Amino acid sequence: MSAALALYTVITVSLGALFFLAGTLGLLRFPDTLTRLHALTKADNLGLGLVVAGLLPQVSTPLAWVGLIAVWLLALLTGATVGQLLAIKVRRAAPDTDAQAATEAEPRG
Amino acid sequence: MSAVTLIDLALALLVLGLAAWVLATATVFRAAVGFVAYGLLLALVWVRLGSVDVALTEAALGGGLTGLLLLGAAARVTSGESEAGQPPWALRLLVGLLCAGVTVGLAAVVLLLPEPSPSLASATAASLPATGVGNPVTAVLLAFRAIDTLGESIVLVLALVGLWSLAPDRAWDGRPGSLPKVPPTGALTLLAQLLPPFGILVGIHLLWVGADHPGGKFQGATVLAAMWVLVLIAGLREPPRVTSRPLRWVAVAGSLLFVAIGLGGMGWAEAFLAYPDGLAKPLIIVIEVGLTLSVAAILGLLVAGPPAESTGRAADR
Repeated sequence: MSAALALYTVITVSLGALFFLAGTLGLLRFPDTLTRLHALTKADNLGLGLVVAGLLPQVSTPLAWVGLIAVWLLALLTGATVGQLLAIKVRRAAPDTDAQAATEAEPRG
Repeated sequence: MSAVTLIDLALALLVLGLAAWVLATATVFRAAVGFVAYGLLLALVWVRLGSVDVALTEAALGGGLTGLLLLGAAARVTSGESEAGQPPWALRLLVGLLCAGVTVGLAAVVLLLPEPSPSLASATAASLPATGVGNPVTAVLLAFRAIDTLGESIVLVLALVGLWSLAPDRAWDGRPGSLPKVPPTGALTLLAQLLPPFGILVGIHLLWVGADHPGGKFQGATVLAAMWVLVLIAGLREPPRVTSRPLRWVAVAGSLLFVAIGLGGMGWAEAFLAYPDGLAKPLIIVIEVGLTLSVAAILGLLVAGPPAESTGRAADR
């Protein structure tokens, strides 16, 4: 049983790391701010979520579960807010590029 | 070479590389952003060295708060008045030489340490039970070297006085005006309403566990200050006027309490800042709680800046 749990952890955390890697690639390679934000928040939401989900079986006390999940939820909350704020700033700064960029990426992740 | 050594090596290279980038990068804004990342990386280094207390302080103060102050300063410098040009090369050379001197001096001190290096760790561990706290860092900060911590808390008050003294006379009645003006958006309002309850809980937790585990007043106070600043930036509350009496009392209460208990030590124990037997832990907790409130208020006010002339925040600039 514990071997199966360990395997689950390794796979899930690795998947999470993959999302972080993809998010970083997107941040570096995507053409404009809105799409970069999309990549960034995706890494935070899914990558961190998978890492947390993978670590859950490795901690024993219920309080530690709550702590891990709280870390993820708080990162979701702040990530989504910062994404919105930056996106609003970008839209106000350059309203013309707004139309096509907005259809490509809603910065909620 | 084990995987752990590899990770440490990568971390060290990353810190050095980022430091070089911060120095070399073209704009102050990029340097300030790099400095925040540098602080967070440095916190990881402290974790790897086993100093979780220092890591928490570095992440909260070095990365978070100092980064915020630097970003504000960068925005101010680039937005106008100081754009006249860079300082003369002789001054820059002098600053560079002085900084290099500090670095070389520090490196020499570390490299010339005798082997085994002198340490008070065992003496601290032996005297720990007398203080009643379980975290040796807290014992050093508030019992064995309490005078240093007292000095630090007073320095913060002086820093606030120095900042406020930058205000022009006619602005003295105003509210602090250095926080970024953001137009109200639903997302920021929601964050400023949702996050503070958690942040306050985390801040109090950091303060409370500081007695026996990594944490303490400065880390807790920084989190509390961050929550306050978030509420201020979101525009849910106005920063208080610096002429407010209650505000000033909160700012100095921690240091006053510390000095009072320290003076009491001359009566009920044998020296300034000495605690009577058996009462060390309760007194330490009283001082920590008082200092947390004062430090949180001062840090928030430092970020909020000197009083500005306009009455409404939106009308400024």
